[in-house]
Amino acid sequence: MSAATNVGGRLNGGGTTLARLVRRNSWVLGLCGLLALLFVITKAIQPAYGPSQVEALALAALPVALAAAGQAIALISGGIDLSIGSVMALTSVTAAVLMKGASEESAIFVVIGVLLMGLAIGAFNGSLVVLTRVPDIVVTLAMLYVWAGAALLVLNTPGGASAQWLRDLIDGTVLTEWAPKAIVLLLVVVFAIWIPVRNSRLGLSFYAVGSDRLAAFRSGVDVPRTKIAAYALTGLFAAMGGLSLTMSTGIGTPVPGPYLLASVAAVVLGGVSLAGGRGGLVGPIVAVFILRLVRTDLTLLGIDPNYTTVIEGAIMVSVVMVGGLIAIRSRRS
Amino acid sequence: MRDRPLIPLLLLLVVLLIVLVAIRPSIANERWVSSTIRFAIPLAILAASQTLTMITGGIDLSVGMVASMSAYVMATQAPAEGVIASSLLALVVAIVIGLVNGVGVGIFRVHPLIMTLGMSLVVLGLLTVYQRIVIGSGTRVPDEILWLGARTSFGWIPNSLLVFIPLAAAILFGLRRSGFGRLLYAIGDNEIAARLAGVRVWQVLVVLYVISGLLAGIAGLIYAGLTQTATGTLVEVYVLPSVAAAVIGGTSIYGGRGGYAGSIVGALILTVLTTLLTVLQMPEAARQILFGAIVLSVAAAYNRIIEE
Repeated sequence: MSAATNVGGRLNGGGTTLARLVRRNSWVLGLCGLLALLFVITKAIQPAYGPSQVEALALAALPVALAAAGQAIALISGGIDLSIGSVMALTSVTAAVLMKGASEESAIFVVIGVLLMGLAIGAFNGSLVVLTRVPDIVVTLAMLYVWAGAALLVLNTPGGASAQWLRDLIDGTVLTEWAPKAIVLLLVVVFAIWIPVRNSRLGLSFYAVGSDRLAAFRSGVDVPRTKIAAYALTGLFAAMGGLSLTMSTGIGTPVPGPYLLASVAAVVLGGVSLAGGRGGLVGPIVAVFILRLVRTDLTLLGIDPNYTTVIEGAIMVSVVMVGGLIAIRSRRS
Repeated sequence: MRDRPLIPLLLLLVVLLIVLVAIRPSIANERWVSSTIRFAIPLAILAASQTLTMITGGIDLSVGMVASMSAYVMATQAPAEGVIASSLLALVVAIVIGLVNGVGVGIFRVHPLIMTLGMSLVVLGLLTVYQRIVIGSGTRVPDEILWLGARTSFGWIPNSLLVFIPLAAAILFGLRRSGFGRLLYAIGDNEIAARLAGVRVWQVLVVLYVISGLLAGIAGLIYAGLTQTATGTLVEVYVLPSVAAAVIGGTSIYGGRGGYAGSIVGALILTVLTTLLTVLQMPEAARQILFGAIVLSVAAAYNRIIEE
C-alpha cells in the first residue's frame, strides 16, 4: 500500500487488512457518515426534499468540488494555489467568449483548448515557484492578480455564451432521478484523472515531495518536475471548474468567485494536511457536499442566512481543532 | 547589500518616484506626498500584523475583516456613545477577535492560515448580522476620526502620523530590543528549540495574535477616517496587499527572518506603484497584471540578494 491511500493519516497501526483499510480511511469514512446523517436530517426537516433538490445541490457544488480537487493536489504536493479562483474566472470567460457565435460542434475544440490552457497556466505557476524559489503562497498570491487581470482583458463585463450540449451535460439526471448528471460528470472526470495519476510514479512523487522535500530529493525524485506537474494538474481542475461555471450559467464572469476560500475550507475539512503529503481527493469532494448541505439545512430551518457564514467558519476552525486534538492525544498514548 | 537589505528596497522606491515624476512632473508637490503617506499608513499598519505573525511562521488573513468590523462598530456606535467610547469599543472587538485567533493558533495548534481564514468568515457573518441589527441607527464617521485619518497639520503633514510614528517606533524597538520580539524570532526560527529552551510558546502566540488584532483595529479606524465611509468589507481589499508589503519588505513567510522597516518601505512602494499605474491610465486589467508581476519579481529578486 502506498502512502497515497493514507487518507487522514492520523491513526496508523497494524491489524487485519480490513481494519487497516478502515483505520487509514477513517477520516473519509467519518465524512461520508456525516454526509449521510445530514441527508437524513435534511429529509426530517423538509420531507419534500427530493431528487430535484439533490440536483440543485449537485449543480451548485460542481465548481466548488472541482476547485477543491485542484487545491487538494496542490496541498498534497506541499504547495498551495491562491490563484485558483482567478484561473477559474479566466478559463470561464475564455470558454464563454470562444463559444459565442460558434457552432455546437466546434465547442468540443473550445473545451479541449480551455483544458490545455488550464494545464499551461498551472505549469506556468509551478515553473515560477521552482525558478524563483519564492514560497508557493507568495507566488500564487501574485499570480492571483495576474490571472484576474487577464480575465478582465479577455472579457470586461459578464457575457459570452455556452454550447447547448455542454449545458445539457450537467443539466438533469441519468438512469434514476437520484443521480444528477453533475455528480456523475464530477465523479467521472475526477477519477479518470486522479486514479491513474495516484497509482503512477508521479502520484507517489506528489506525496513524497509534500511530506519531505529533501528526503524525496535524496531518494531520486525530480522535485522541480513533480511540483510543476502538480500545479499543472491543479490548473487543469481549475479550468474544469471554470468550464463548469460557464456551463451552468451560460455566460462567463471575469470576477473571481469565492472559490479560493471555499476550496481551502473543503480541502482542510476533507482531511488534507496543510503541511502536505497527506490526504486524497475523495475527502475534499465529500466535504464540499457537507458544507453545501449544511447551508441548505440552515436555510430550511429558517435561520438568518447571514449566520451560515458564521457557522461555516466555525465548522472549518473546529474541525481542524478536533483534528489537532486527536493528533496530540495519539502522540501521547 | 546582503547585510543591508533595506538599501535595494529604498532604491526601488526612489526609481519608482523618479519614473512617476518624469511621467507627470506636476505631481511632485506637497499635497501628493501627503496623500501618499496618508494612504500608505493603514496599509503599513496592516503589514505590521503580517510582519509580526510571519516572523513566527504564521500569517493573519483576518486583518481585513477585523479592520472593517472595527471601523463599522465605531461608525455605528459613534452617534450614540461619542467618539472615544465607540473607538474603544471597536478596539475591544478587534482584541477579542485577535484573542480567539491566538487561542486557536497557540493552544489548539490550528494552522494560522486556517484559523484566521475561518475567523474572517465568522466575523463576516457576525458583521452582516450586526449590520441588520443597527440598520436604523445609520453610520457616521465622527469629525475626530476624520481629522485623524484624512486631515493634515502645518499645511501637509498628515495627522495619522501621530498614531503611526509611535506605533512604528514601538514595533521596531520591540522587535529588536525587547524579550518579546526576540521570542517571536526564536519561535519562527525553530519552535521546538524555543520550547525546549523554556519558552511558553502558546502564551507568546496568544499575545501576538491579540496585538495583531489590535493593530488591524487601529488601521480600520484610520482607514474609515481616510475614506470617510464605513461598510462591512471596507478594508478587505487591503489583505493581500498587506501580505505583499511584508513579503516585499523581506520578511520570510516561513518565519524567523525579517523586520518592520522593510514592511513600511514595502507599503510605500505598493502605494506609489498604484499611483503610477493610475497615472499611466492603464485599464484595470493591465494594472492587476502588472501589480502581480511586480510583487513577484521584487520577492524573487529579494530572495536572490539574501541567498547570495
